Amino acid sequence: MSEYIQENFNPDGVDRRGFLKCMAWAGTGALCVLQGGVLKSYALSDVLRQKVGHLKGDLSFVQISDSHIGFNKDANPDVTATLREAIAKINALPTPPSFVLHTGDLTHLSKPEEFDTLAESLKSLKTDQIFYVPGEHDVLNDNGQMFHERFGRQGMGDGWYSFDQQGAHFIGLVNVLNLKAGGLGNLGSDQLEWLAKDVSQLKSSTPIVVFAHIPLWAVYPQWGWGTEDSEQALSYLKRFGSVTVLNGHIHQTMQKVEGNVTFHTATSTAFPQPQPGQADSPGPMKVPAEKLRGLLGITDVNFVRGKHTLGIVDSPLD
Amino acid sequence: MNSRRAAWLSGIAFAVVVAFILVAGGQKGLASPGGPSPTSIEVKIDNFTFAPGTLTIAAGTTVVWTNRDDVPHTVVSDDKTIFKSRALDTGEKFSYTFTKPGKYDYFCSVHPKMTAEVVVQ
Repeated sequence: MSEYIQENFNPDGVDRRGFLKCMAWAGTGALCVLQGGVLKSYALSDVLRQKVGHLKGDLSFVQISDSHIGFNKDANPDVTATLREAIAKINALPTPPSFVLHTGDLTHLSKPEEFDTLAESLKSLKTDQIFYVPGEHDVLNDNGQMFHERFGRQGMGDGWYSFDQQGAHFIGLVNVLNLKAGGLGNLGSDQLEWLAKDVSQLKSSTPIVVFAHIPLWAVYPQWGWGTEDSEQALSYLKRFGSVTVLNGHIHQTMQKVEGNVTFHTATSTAFPQPQPGQADSPGPMKVPAEKLRGLLGITDVNFVRGKHTLGIVDSPLD
Repeated sequence: MNSRRAAWLSGIAFAVVVAFILVAGGQKGLASPGGPSPTSIEVKIDNFTFAPGTLTIAAGTTVVWTNRDDVPHTVVSDDKTIFKSRALDTGEKFSYTFTKPGKYDYFCSVHPKMTAEVVVQ
């Protein structure tokens, strides 16, 4: 049974019921496709049955997030094993991804041996390139120095950078450093200035993909699930026809469309976290062992040039 | 037992109870002039919360924070210079001795929504 969003009382292309339906599939596999500013959502099982051809676009890449290597508590005592399962899933995709994005929290405690295990595990990925941004767990005691030495690109400032692939412009932002008491994620004025300059020469038709660890939209500020100065960052991207924002941090899938901007968060490969406000704190969610892999997974993104269409498929580990 | 002796005994009992309250109060960090001043007080980090959120102590007291969560937390003064712990894994502790009276706001630099204060009298 396919489900379409039929009601939309706001001009943002998404209605509450449809959004909730999209969210309800988190963990069981959801596909959200943006076509001409309208979000359509399908259950993943339908997509596989119908073999939706139009998802094969000009560019395909995979996002993984929140591996938390080093975590060993009840919620998932073997996070390396589930990371390996995620890698196997990526390697089994019918269309091999051009590259992989890791949106942070590679490790749980920023320890050298945790970074070693992550790097060693990802060597088995059948892809040429992996791009990283740090999570707050990767920069715990040294302001991210070790992370940047090992996983950073030739980034500016605290490690932000951009690159072009198949005509799309990718921007990796760092919003986990210099956090202030009582505040949210933080980009800072230096990074914002760089961003404004970075996109200033691009044509408005250039598809933009922004990736950062903490959500760049206010998912649930009470739990710190948002970024203080994200609105200013997004203001520089208003003129672009297609903007996709990919985040991690909250260990569950969520999607929102606002104008030409599609926001999406990925699941973790390590452990799930509760839905906003559904627990006393955002700490690791303990679930029965047989349910864990249904709440972890990978995100496959397909872009079709000229159509402003971006297919985002979340697949659980089982 | 005559009534005077009973009154004297109950007076002693009352004094003992008061003494106990003073000691117990001291251990909770309440100022107790003349009573034994505690040297160390614990703050628990549980469910992304510092407890107690406001701790009042006498100058010279050492505060010991213990992380009881499954995720790492830090204990950092708002100005990031007065005191600053490393990331505390589950069960790990950080301590700081407050020598000067004043109000000290602090937070977890990993989860900055976690804020609390120590008041030193």
